[in-house]
Amino acid sequence: MGFFLETLFGGLMVGMLYSLIALGFVLIYKASGVFNFAQGAMVLFAALAMARFAEWVPQWTGIENRWFANLAAFALAGVLMFAVAWLVERLVLRHLVNQEGATLLMATLGITYFIDGLGQTIFGSNIYKIDIGMPKEPIFAFESAFQGGILLNKEDLIAAAIAAALVALLSLFFQKTGTGRALRAVADDHQAAQSIGIPLARIWVIVWCVAGVVALVAGMIWGSKLGVQFSLATVALRALPVVILGGLTSVPGAILGGLIIGVGEKLSEVYLGPLVGGGIEIWFAYVLALLFLLFRPQGLFGEKIIDRV
Amino acid sequence: MLYRENGQFKTSYRADQQIFPILQDRVFIMLLLAFAVVGVPLLASDYLFRAILIPFLIFSLAAVGVNILVGYCGQISLGSGAFMAVGAYGAYNFFARVPNMPLIPALILGGLCATVFGILFGLPSLRVRGLYLAVATLAAQFFADWMFLRIKWFTLDTPSGSVAVSNLQVFGLPIESAVSKYLFCLVVLALVALMAKNLVRGAIGREWMAIRDMDVAAAVIGIRPMYAKLSAFAVSSFIIGLAGALWAFIYLGAWEPSAFSVDYSFRLLFMVIIGGLGSIMGSFFGAAFIVILPIALNQFLPLLAGLFGIEISTAGIAHAELMIFGGLIVWFLIVEPHGLARLWSTAKQKLRLWPFPY
Amino acid sequence: MMATALPTATVRAELVEAVLPDRASTGSAGTAGGGGARKSPGEVILDVQNISLSFGGVKALTDISFDVREHEVRAIIGPNGAGKSSMLNCINGVYQPQQGSITFRGQHFRHMNSRQVAEMGVARTFQNLALFKGMSVLDNIMTGRNLKMKSGLLAQALRWGPAEREEIAQRESVERIIDFLEIQPHRKTPVGRLPYGLQKRVDLGRALAMEPQVLLLDEPMAGMNVEEKQDMSRFILDVNDEFGTTIVLIEHDMGVVMDISDRVVVLDYGKKIGDGTPLEVRNNEDVIRAYLGTEH
Repeated sequence: MGFFLETLFGGLMVGMLYSLIALGFVLIYKASGVFNFAQGAMVLFAALAMARFAEWVPQWTGIENRWFANLAAFALAGVLMFAVAWLVERLVLRHLVNQEGATLLMATLGITYFIDGLGQTIFGSNIYKIDIGMPKEPIFAFESAFQGGILLNKEDLIAAAIAAALVALLSLFFQKTGTGRALRAVADDHQAAQSIGIPLARIWVIVWCVAGVVALVAGMIWGSKLGVQFSLATVALRALPVVILGGLTSVPGAILGGLIIGVGEKLSEVYLGPLVGGGIEIWFAYVLALLFLLFRPQGLFGEKIIDRV
Repeated sequence: MLYRENGQFKTSYRADQQIFPILQDRVFIMLLLAFAVVGVPLLASDYLFRAILIPFLIFSLAAVGVNILVGYCGQISLGSGAFMAVGAYGAYNFFARVPNMPLIPALILGGLCATVFGILFGLPSLRVRGLYLAVATLAAQFFADWMFLRIKWFTLDTPSGSVAVSNLQVFGLPIESAVSKYLFCLVVLALVALMAKNLVRGAIGREWMAIRDMDVAAAVIGIRPMYAKLSAFAVSSFIIGLAGALWAFIYLGAWEPSAFSVDYSFRLLFMVIIGGLGSIMGSFFGAAFIVILPIALNQFLPLLAGLFGIEISTAGIAHAELMIFGGLIVWFLIVEPHGLARLWSTAKQKLRLWPFPY
Repeated sequence: MMATALPTATVRAELVEAVLPDRASTGSAGTAGGGGARKSPGEVILDVQNISLSFGGVKALTDISFDVREHEVRAIIGPNGAGKSSMLNCINGVYQPQQGSITFRGQHFRHMNSRQVAEMGVARTFQNLALFKGMSVLDNIMTGRNLKMKSGLLAQALRWGPAEREEIAQRESVERIIDFLEIQPHRKTPVGRLPYGLQKRVDLGRALAMEPQVLLLDEPMAGMNVEEKQDMSRFILDVNDEFGTTIVLIEHDMGVVMDISDRVVVLDYGKKIGDGTPLEVRNNEDVIRAYLGTEH
């Protein structure tokens, strides 16, 4: 039982990281109807930026304080993500305003490749570390209930807390602020929003900026855990099924979907894997999403897709 | 002056419906084919065959398959790599397990395996489209990746997972040299492309395009969306599977499960987007572009950078390649969504009027 | 026929005869042959019984019943939002009504299936022109012939013998429709580039290509000027006169409705408020009230 719980927690932690990435997808889709395939690439890009800036800031400023380096790196990376958002809106989205979803999807595919290449050109393609002072030692919890306790990662717990805080912040932002309301209006109906004076272009830049910040936080946490390397982008590809599961337009769906997929992956790998040769993780999420698509395409919390003639 | 259609009146529907109705086009294609069969083997170097010509032929074939699904029937697919893999491993299993199995039937059977796989993973298209369908096809990709890595039966239980074929021959003629490989692929491509073109300009092609443009109206005319979509997946995956088998047998010779990664899926999609969605000819353009680009970049980027005094490493070129791919995709989607094929036909339009400006 | 001369009346009759050949008129009590006289309405061919349709909370149709006789021109009129298009969509199988049933040629259906309906010989045009924008006029109309094409996949791929002949035969029948609708110069143009009036003709052509027994027309004259309306009315009447195709027509232009229809159904807010000949309906108090409002 103890082992099961360990696997469960491990899955929850991984799942929460997926949720963070999925959150970026949902945000952009909610506000502009664009499915941003490049979200994963953005996570990697942001992580690379943060990792390298953290290295370079001490070199540029001579200040050796790690907290300062990390904060500065975070800020710089954030600015970079804003720049990316602005450029994407300016160079790509603006010109594809009335195109159908498929075209936009393929455009974001192109953006993915571009950001991949750009990131590696600017920041290099080795493995880098992000050290934000996360505790690396595991703790043993519930020692009274289970013999030896359950192995938990303090790092994961903190990451979960950060993610939860981020989600809460975003929810507040959407519900309470004027910009948040405008975003919801735009997501509902582009033309109607425009006709009441909401500046579409600016909204999209804001949305992509927010998604960029989410990508940065996700990248920072992932990078701290795994190290920043190219495989981060493929991990991000695994976040796509999360969005399908949770529903493209639902923030709680992204969270729940991520957790379910994280847990599902870990559990299936441990318990089903040995039966079929192992390595199930690479397709479990996708096949689960596939099944959902067949029976409930809108996911757990998404809006029903209605085809009108 | 040269390219006018003056005097070329069609007196029968049959003549009007030909693949190349304009005489000059027919002549051009004939000359091109003649050159491809006779001239190229005489002139091209081994390197040219291996690096450019053979990949171009095989990827054109795959691109034709992808175009049928994505361009003509409007179903986004990111699982092309998987179809290639299934075709390759299917053909391999038939070739290696059945004694004295000739090459061509093995290849065709590989294609048929891909067809079954394609129909299976095409079922979601009956329920969803667009992004959701893309995710479903990615499921096919990752599942196939795992299948050929972990299920040892497919790779004849070799410990490393690598397989190889050798001693390929067709009707007694060995396919060893670069020229023979090239000619074999050329013949396969020509035949399949012709059949694909026939399908696409016939009734089933119109069904596919109807589904792409408006599937509700298509149902009202009596077109069955299920049959149309699944037939698109079937035909498309057969062609892609055949291409995969050719890639494995003829080009690679020996390969391991990671040979058909998701990167192939993206590349094939890019070929079709850049070349022109909904155009058989566009598939050729796109394949040529994507095959030649990395090589061109390898040659020219260092020179270009040298002019500015910058040194570019091989990794740097690879990164630049990614950026250029991505940038081109976006550029094409914005500027000419119908790809190179449209640019080509616009050029021909201008040529019709040449030397007059309008 | 690739020439663009305007046909005279007799040539026209031949054209129509050629457009819709090979269909025996079953059970018709009208005059025989193709001549010039309109066939008088025959037996009930389509019977709509107690159809109710709602989307979520919105009731589009409430308990609608009416019948359509063979060979007649039946108009469905009513203010905007009355549910007219929804009614056609139910007949066509695009929407599934929650209650009610439809009887077609004596066969009773609780739910219509689009393809089944098409096979039974019911064709339609759409209010918003559901044309295939990526294809040419010729290809669009050819898709209407799909039900008649029998060649298998492999035969089409090889395009030899029977497949080629079938393709040519279908091309011939489509060309006759193109001549009938006078759109010859545009046959290779992508439909997205044509002006609205011509697109509407292509929509009609596609429906005609199915050689239908019943033609459902959803606002065929919408957005047209007087000349275009005259042309369209001429086409519709020709198809009905010469071949007896039953027409069910949604239309807003009262002049057209009164002129060409045999009987009229009036809908308002999803309910039937009138049913009868044009004259009867014109004098119906409820109908007048629905269109003009009442005194308070």
